[in-house]
Order: sequence, then C-alpha cells, then structure tokens
Amino acid sequence: MKKLNYGIIIVLGIISFIPLLWVIITSFSPGNQVINGGFPFWVSNPTVENYVNAWKTAPFLQYYFNTFVIVSGVLIVQLVTVTLAAYAFARVNFKGKNVLFILFLLQLMIQPEILLFPNYQVISQLGLVNTKLAVMMPYWASAFGVFLMRQTFKQVPYDLDEAARMDGCKWYQTLWHVYIPSAKPTYIAFALVSVSHHWSNFMWPLIITDSVESRPLTVGLALFAQSYETGAQWGMVAAGTVMVIMPLVLAFFLFQKQFVSSFMHSGIK
Amino acid sequence: MTTKQRKLSSGARNNLFAYGLLFPSFIFLSLFTFYPTLKSIQLSFYSGPMTRLQFSGLEQYKGVLEDEIFRKVILNNIIFMIGTVPTSLFLAMYLAIWLNKKMAGSSLLRTSFFYPTIVPLIAVANIWLFIYTPQYGLLDNFLHMFGRDDTNWLGDPNTVMIAMIVMIIWKDAGFFMIFYLAGLQNLPRDVYEAGEMEGAKPFQMFRHITFPLLMPTTLFVMIVAITNSFKNVDHLYIMTKGGPDNASNLLLYHIYEAAFTNWDLGKAAVLTVILIVIMLGITAFNYLYLDRKIHY
Repeated sequence: MKKLNYGIIIVLGIISFIPLLWVIITSFSPGNQVINGGFPFWVSNPTVENYVNAWKTAPFLQYYFNTFVIVSGVLIVQLVTVTLAAYAFARVNFKGKNVLFILFLLQLMIQPEILLFPNYQVISQLGLVNTKLAVMMPYWASAFGVFLMRQTFKQVPYDLDEAARMDGCKWYQTLWHVYIPSAKPTYIAFALVSVSHHWSNFMWPLIITDSVESRPLTVGLALFAQSYETGAQWGMVAAGTVMVIMPLVLAFFLFQKQFVSSFMHSGIK
Repeated sequence: MTTKQRKLSSGARNNLFAYGLLFPSFIFLSLFTFYPTLKSIQLSFYSGPMTRLQFSGLEQYKGVLEDEIFRKVILNNIIFMIGTVPTSLFLAMYLAIWLNKKMAGSSLLRTSFFYPTIVPLIAVANIWLFIYTPQYGLLDNFLHMFGRDDTNWLGDPNTVMIAMIVMIIWKDAGFFMIFYLAGLQNLPRDVYEAGEMEGAKPFQMFRHITFPLLMPTTLFVMIVAITNSFKNVDHLYIMTKGGPDNASNLLLYHIYEAAFTNWDLGKAAVLTVILIVIMLGITAFNYLYLDRKIHY
C-alpha cells in the first residue's frame, strides 16, 4: 500500500518535472532536430544559437530592464503604503476603523486583475497609457499586504512600544526601530510573493503598454512567441521562454525555504 | 480645559493621525478598486459611443444574458472551475499527506511539484503549446509509442478544455500542497494517538481525523482556487484566443475581447459587473455559509 502510493508520487513528480526539462533541452537544440522527431530529451549537437537569435530578434535587454523597474517600483511603494496602513489598523484606535477595514477587504475580493477594462479608463483619464507607471499604479495599495503586516504588528509586545515612547521616540521612530525590525520575516515573505507575482503579470501590462519602452518581459515574450508558429523555430521560442523564467526559477532553487515559507505566510488572512 | 474635552481632542487627533496613515493606501484603492467598480456599474446602464452615452437601463444586461456566446463562456468557466478546483485540491492533499513524512527524496519531489507555481502563466502557455502540438508535440510523440494517431488537442472543441484543465492542475496543485503541508504540521498529535489506541485503520484515521481537521485549510485553498479559475486567463492569449469556436473562452478573456478588440464599452461594463458579483458571491458564500459549517 505504502509502496504503491510512493510509486505513484514518484511517477507524478517526474511528470511534473518534464515540462521544465523539455523546454531547457529544446532551447539548446538545433532547429531541424525538433521536428525530425527522435528522442525529445536528448540533444546530439547542443547549440546556443537559439539564445543568440532570440536575443537579436527581440529587445530582451530592454524588457528585462522594464520588468526590473516595474517589479521594484511596485514593491517599494507597496512597502510604504502597507506599513503605514497596517500600523494604523494594528495600533491606533480611531473612528470608522471597522468600516475602513471592510473597504480594504473589498480589494481582496475585487482584485485589480479583474478590473482590466475600468482600470484602463482610469489610466487613460490620468493620461498615463503606455507608461511603466501605469503598469505599477493599480498595485500600489495592497489589502493583502496590509492584513499580513497588521497581523505581524499586532504580535509586537505593547511593552516594547511603550518603552520606546518613554524614551521619547516619536511614532515614526517607534515604527522604524521597533515594529519594522521585528516584522522582518513577514516583509521578506511579502516581498517574494509580490516580486514573483509582478514578474509574472501579463494581461494588465498587455493592455496598458504599447511600446518597447514600457513593455515587461512577459508581454515581450508573448509577442515574440506569436511571430513564430512553425515547429522549426521552437528552439528560439524555448530560448525566449527560458530567459523569462530563469531568474525566478534560479531564485527559487537558491532560496527554496524562504519561498515556500513566504507562500505559506501568504495564506494567513 | 476639562478632562472630557481633552479626551475628545486627543481622540480627534488620533483619528486624524490614523487617517493620515491610511491615506496613501486609500488613494490607490479608491482610484483602482472603488471608483472603477462604481464606474462599471454606472456605465453598464448606458450604451453608445463614449462621447454620446445614452441611458439604456437594463437593456444591455438583457442583451448580454441572451447572448449565446456569453452563455457558452459562463458554462466554460463553470466547467473549467469544476475541472480544476476539486482535482487540484484532492491531488494537493494526497501529495501533502505522503510527502509530509520524511523520506529520501521527499524534498526533491516537493520541489518538482512546487516549481510550476513560480513560472509565469504566459511562459507555461508557451511550454504547453509545444506539448500539445499535433504530430511532433511531446504528448503526441509519447502517444505514438502506443500506436495512437495525432490529435489536435487545442484545435478540437472536444479536447481543448481538458487540455487547459490538465495544464492548470499541473501549475496549481503544488501551490496548494504547500498549504496542506503547513496544515498537517499543525494537527494535534494526541488525537492520532487516541485513534491508534482504538485500533483505527489508516484510511479510517484519514476519514475521521485528518480530513475533518484539514477543513479550514481546504476552505482557504478552495477560495483561492475558485477565484483563480476566474482570474487566470493569460494562457488563452497564447494557446487558443478562446477558440476553437469559443470552446475554451473564459469570462475575463471575453471581457478583454469585448473591451479591447471590439471596443464595446457597455457590454464590457456589464460583463465586468457580472464578474465582480461572482467574485463577491464566492467569498461571501465561503465565509458566511461554509465557514459556519466547519468546526475549528
């Protein structure tokens, strides 16, 4: 019984791993080898030609730069807005707290992803269509981040807060010296979730960007892949795909523990 | 100043302080959640081009609800949800239960199941497009060994949805597995010891102890999975564009088409309102109804 189940799981594990293995192998295969059949997990004459060609055909460097700016731009602003709001909800008593809390909760149910069309209108009213700013702005407030951080701030002992105040700390000094350091693991968790989410985001940037200067990697990859429909160019599309997923996959293999626990953290709601 | 007055003014200062802290978040929530939601509701009652909008009441709702394609898209989305959610939840729980025990290779296996989570859906679509390509695609290559003929997995209305469902299960099962692994680690030891004393068989233990105790995790994961089934549509852009004959089209992608291919703003607004209602409905149902039925 036990052996049977482990057998099933090992087979499933291998199946799950195959797509990654295959895209990497294909990206190093010469074009004709892909369509001529043969064993798909073996390259007789590995080549980096696909990478060279992909790199030449599409402005991947610019796309990397755009994605990098977008991902860090989202994260930096989120860290500020989330920290301030979470501190208010965790440690200040004020009128309308419950109502505001419920309003924040709404964003968990109505996420920016599903508001593609009305958000496009907002951005165009602001005159920001086709800018990196437009890709970032809808995510600058994160209800998820606020709840995550509020939970963490609530666990900071009140005594610490009071001691800091007795020493004459202003609220922002207390926040900086007491709350933020003690919430470090949660910040890392939030950052990893945010970065991987925005690195992967596609539909919104597809709609709101229209030029090489503001398009992120995902949109660039999709346009690149669509211009090659025959199997002969799979190698190039595979190379492009690997270039987009590699930073995330490498980071994942290096920081597995942090990734897994950060996604687990993201479950606390 | 009396003490009462001082209390009031410190209360007022507290209020102002808190509002100040919430202000940055609130601007962006207003701009990109509250205002667009209200705007969609308003626009859904109007029709015509942007510059000459005319009030049309529920006309557009009627139009959308009677639209064959809309019905097909909703049905597709329900099939997609029923196909992905229970299967990936079951698979996730199964994997977690067996991988929770420490054995050689278990962390390697966890990695293999979890990595698809961090691969962007658009890249997943590229990879699986290769897998599903007729003749020289990986799947057909494999099936040739058993003497099966070529199948146009994405080009046939009968197979396209299954193909999508399998792909999404591959992407999401490992993600949900992580939550079950965390849930399993928090289960109380003593209940199992009591079960062992009673001589419960492994499957009875699962049915009467593990499964019910994991219900809160299941509830949480289910919400995430159901909302994902309405949110994740990137793959359609690469793989099928919703076709053939709308056989793989999903609600959010249909909105994208209505708004940005056909520029039918009123229809897009109606569809957006419907999607918002579905999202609110899912969460409300889960928290108000299911949550009460589960014993923590």
